[in-house]
Amino acid sequence: MTNPTPEAVNLAERFPAFVSAESRPGYRGWIIEPAHLLEVATALRDEFGFDYLSSVTGVDYLPDNKMEVVYHAFKTSGGPGLEFKIQMARQDIVEAPSLVPVYPGAELQEREAWDLLGIKFTGHPDLRRILMWEGFAGHPLRKDWKEPYFEEDIKPFKNRWPDGHIIQAENKNPFGDNLAYPEGFDPEQAKFNPEEALYDALRKYQVNEVGLNTEHILVNMGPHHPSTHGVFRMAVILDGETVVSLKPVMGYLHRNHEKIGERNTYLMNMPYTDRLDYLASMSNNFAYALAVEKLMNIQPTERAEYIRVIMAEMTRVANHLWAIGFLLNDLGAYFTPMLYGQEERELILDIFEAVSGSRMMCNYFRFGGVARDLPDDAARKIQELFFERFPRRVDEIERLLSENEIIRTRGIGQGVLSGEDAIRYSAAGPLLRASGIPYDIRRADPYSIYDRFEFDVAVRQNGDIYDRMMLRFEEVRQSIRIVQQAIKQLPKGPITAVKPQYTVRVPPGEAYGRVEGPKGELGFYIVSNGKANPWRYHVRAPSFINLTAFEPMSIGQKIADVVAILGSIDIVLGEVDR
Amino acid sequence: MEEQDLNSPGYEIPAEMQSAVAVTSLDRIYNWGRRASVWPMMFGLACCAIEMICTAASRFDLSRFGMEIMRPSPRQSDLMIVSGTVTKKMIPTIVRLYNQMPEPKYVLAMGACASGGGPFKEGYNVVSGVDKFVPVDVYVPGCPPTPQALLFGLMKIQEKITGQRWKDTRWYQKGADQVSIPVPLLGPDLFDPRKIPLFKNPKA
Repeated sequence: MTNPTPEAVNLAERFPAFVSAESRPGYRGWIIEPAHLLEVATALRDEFGFDYLSSVTGVDYLPDNKMEVVYHAFKTSGGPGLEFKIQMARQDIVEAPSLVPVYPGAELQEREAWDLLGIKFTGHPDLRRILMWEGFAGHPLRKDWKEPYFEEDIKPFKNRWPDGHIIQAENKNPFGDNLAYPEGFDPEQAKFNPEEALYDALRKYQVNEVGLNTEHILVNMGPHHPSTHGVFRMAVILDGETVVSLKPVMGYLHRNHEKIGERNTYLMNMPYTDRLDYLASMSNNFAYALAVEKLMNIQPTERAEYIRVIMAEMTRVANHLWAIGFLLNDLGAYFTPMLYGQEERELILDIFEAVSGSRMMCNYFRFGGVARDLPDDAARKIQELFFERFPRRVDEIERLLSENEIIRTRGIGQGVLSGEDAIRYSAAGPLLRASGIPYDIRRADPYSIYDRFEFDVAVRQNGDIYDRMMLRFEEVRQSIRIVQQAIKQLPKGPITAVKPQYTVRVPPGEAYGRVEGPKGELGFYIVSNGKANPWRYHVRAPSFINLTAFEPMSIGQKIADVVAILGSIDIVLGEVDR
Repeated sequence: MEEQDLNSPGYEIPAEMQSAVAVTSLDRIYNWGRRASVWPMMFGLACCAIEMICTAASRFDLSRFGMEIMRPSPRQSDLMIVSGTVTKKMIPTIVRLYNQMPEPKYVLAMGACASGGGPFKEGYNVVSGVDKFVPVDVYVPGCPPTPQALLFGLMKIQEKITGQRWKDTRWYQKGADQVSIPVPLLGPDLFDPRKIPLFKNPKA
C-alpha cells in the first residue's frame, strides 16, 4: 500500500540530533525539530530524492496542547512516500518555518494552514488568508473554535424534534442567522476592507523600465466571470494586454468541508466527498475509501475492486471530455465542442445513474466494497460503449480538434510549464505529465488492482496548452483500455468484505490514501482517535495545488491567454475551495 | 382572468378574417413574449451549475423554452439561477449582481444549498439560503436537481410570468424604482447592514 514507511529511509540515522521516529501507535514517519526543518527538507530533496512535496497540512491536538504540521513527500521516479512532521506548543498564533524556499509547491497549502489553523509560517513570501477573507475572526479548523450554528461536537446530533417542536439553529442564534461576532464589535466603527492585503501583494512586482512608460492597470476577473469555471477570481495587473502580476483569489465556494467532515461519522463523509470535485465523484469516493480502509485494515472483495476501477476510469473519461470541451469554450469556440463531449458524458452518467441512483453525486463506495451490485444490464451497456462507441467517438473528436488552426496557434508554446517547475510547484495529473514527467500514481505507487492492467502512462513533452489537451485524449484512450480489460475479467462474488454498518469502528492512528484522480493526485489525510468521527480530515485537492503553478505560468502572457491557461489546468471550484 | 376567458375574448371575428386577426389582451401577448424569451444570467456557483450546463446542452435543450441565451452580464438578463452553495464570501457579489439586473427580474434557487444551506448549512462560511438576502421566486429541490427538475422550475417561472399584469405589478407603476438591496460587508463575520438594530438590542 502507499503509506509512507519509516523503513524506506532512515532519517534519524542521518540527523540523530533533531529527528526522531514517530512513536505513537498507528502513526508513521519522522518528527523533526522545527528549527532544523529546512535543513532536513533540503537533504530529503537533494540526497534522498524526495523531490515532490505532495501535501502540507496542520493538525490541532487540543488535548495534548500541541499543533503539528504534517508533510507528505514522494519521489517522482515512483515508490512509497515519506511522511514528516514538526510539532509546536499550542498558542494563539503558532510559528513554524516555511518550506516554500525548498518546495515552492507548499505556498498555497501553507496559506491554507495559516488561514484555517493559525499556523504562521515564517519566511513565507505572501502569507495571507486564502479561503476566508482578510479580517475574519479566528481560525476555524482549530478544535476550540465553534461556528455560529454549533450544536454538538459529534454527529449524529440529538433529536431536533423533542415533543413535536422543531428546534432550528437559526432560532438559537441571536442574529437569527449563521453569524457570530467578537465581543464588543461595533458595526459603525468597524472597517471593512478585505481587499487591501490582496492589492498590496499584487503590487509587489519588478518592473522592467524599458521603452515606453505605460500605465499599469489592475483588473479583477471573477468571481462570476464566465471563463473562470465557477467562482474563481484572479486579480491581475496589466501592462497593455500583458500580465505583469497575478494573484489567484479563492474561497468563494469554501463550504467548510473539513470542519463538517471532522464532526461527521466516517460513513457520513462519503456523500460529502462527492461534492468536492463534482465532475469526478467516483474518484473522490475511491480515495476516501482507500484512506479509511487503510486505517481499518480491511481489503475490499475482488468483484468490488473491479467495479471500483471501472467506475473510476469511467469518471476519468467523462471528466476529460468535459475538460477538453471547456478548454475549447475558453478559446472562443463557444459551445459546439462542448456538446460533442457532453453527448458522450451523458451516456456515462446514465450508467452512473443506473448503478448508484444519481447522475453526479454517486455516493457509491463503502468501506470494504461498494454500496450495491451492478444492475443486470449495466455490464452489457458498459461493454457496448467502451468496445464500440467511445474508441470511435474519441478519434472523431480528436480529429475535429487536434489540427484546428485556432487551437494550434493559441495552444502551442503558450502557458509553458517546464518539467522541473512542474515538480517544484507540486503540480499533479495532466499538468505534470504534459510537462514530460511520467508520474502516474496508478503506475508509480499502485493502489487497488491497477497493477493487473495493461496501460501506458500518457506523457507529452512540451508542457503547453496544446499538449495538455492532447494528453487528455491519450488518457481517455488508456482509460478505455483499462475498462475493456476490467469488464472482461469482472469476477462474480460478494461486493463487500464486511457487514455494511452505519458507524464503523476505526482504530486510532493516521492514514494517507491517494488516487490518481482525473485532475491529479487526490489524497485524504485522516487522523483517528478511535471515536466515531475523524479527529482530522484533510483533503489534498489537486485542483487547488495545481493553481500554485498558475501565477508563474501566466506572468508575461496576454490576458486572453491566461483564460486558456486556466482552462488547460482544468480546475473545479468545489475542490479548490472545499 | 381565467384561461378559458382569455381564449375566447367575446368579440365576433368574421370567418374570412380569422386567419389574419386575433383578439387578445395586452397583458397576454406581452407576457407571452416575455415568457418565451427569458434570458438567464450565466454564472454558476457549485455542483448545480454542472447540471445547469447539462440542461443547456443538447440532450435537455433549454432553447425549447427560449432560454438558451445566457448572458454573462447582469444588465442583460432577466433570471438569476442561483446554482449552488452561497457562501459568505460570495454573497456580496450575488447581491451586487442582483441589484444590477434590470426589472422585471426573477430568481430561481437551484438545489438544496441555494434554497436553505443544504448539506453544508452548518458551515461557518455558508449562508443558509440565498433568500436571506434576495427574494426568490422558485425553489428547486434536489442535490443537485436533475435537468428535468430544473426545467420544471423554469416552467414555474414561466407560469409566474404569465400570471402577472402590468396594471398591478410594482415595477410598471408610476414612480416605482429599482429595488436595491444593501450589499453585505465582510468584517469579522459577514455583516448585513439591515441588521444594525439587532446590535443595539439583540434577541435573547
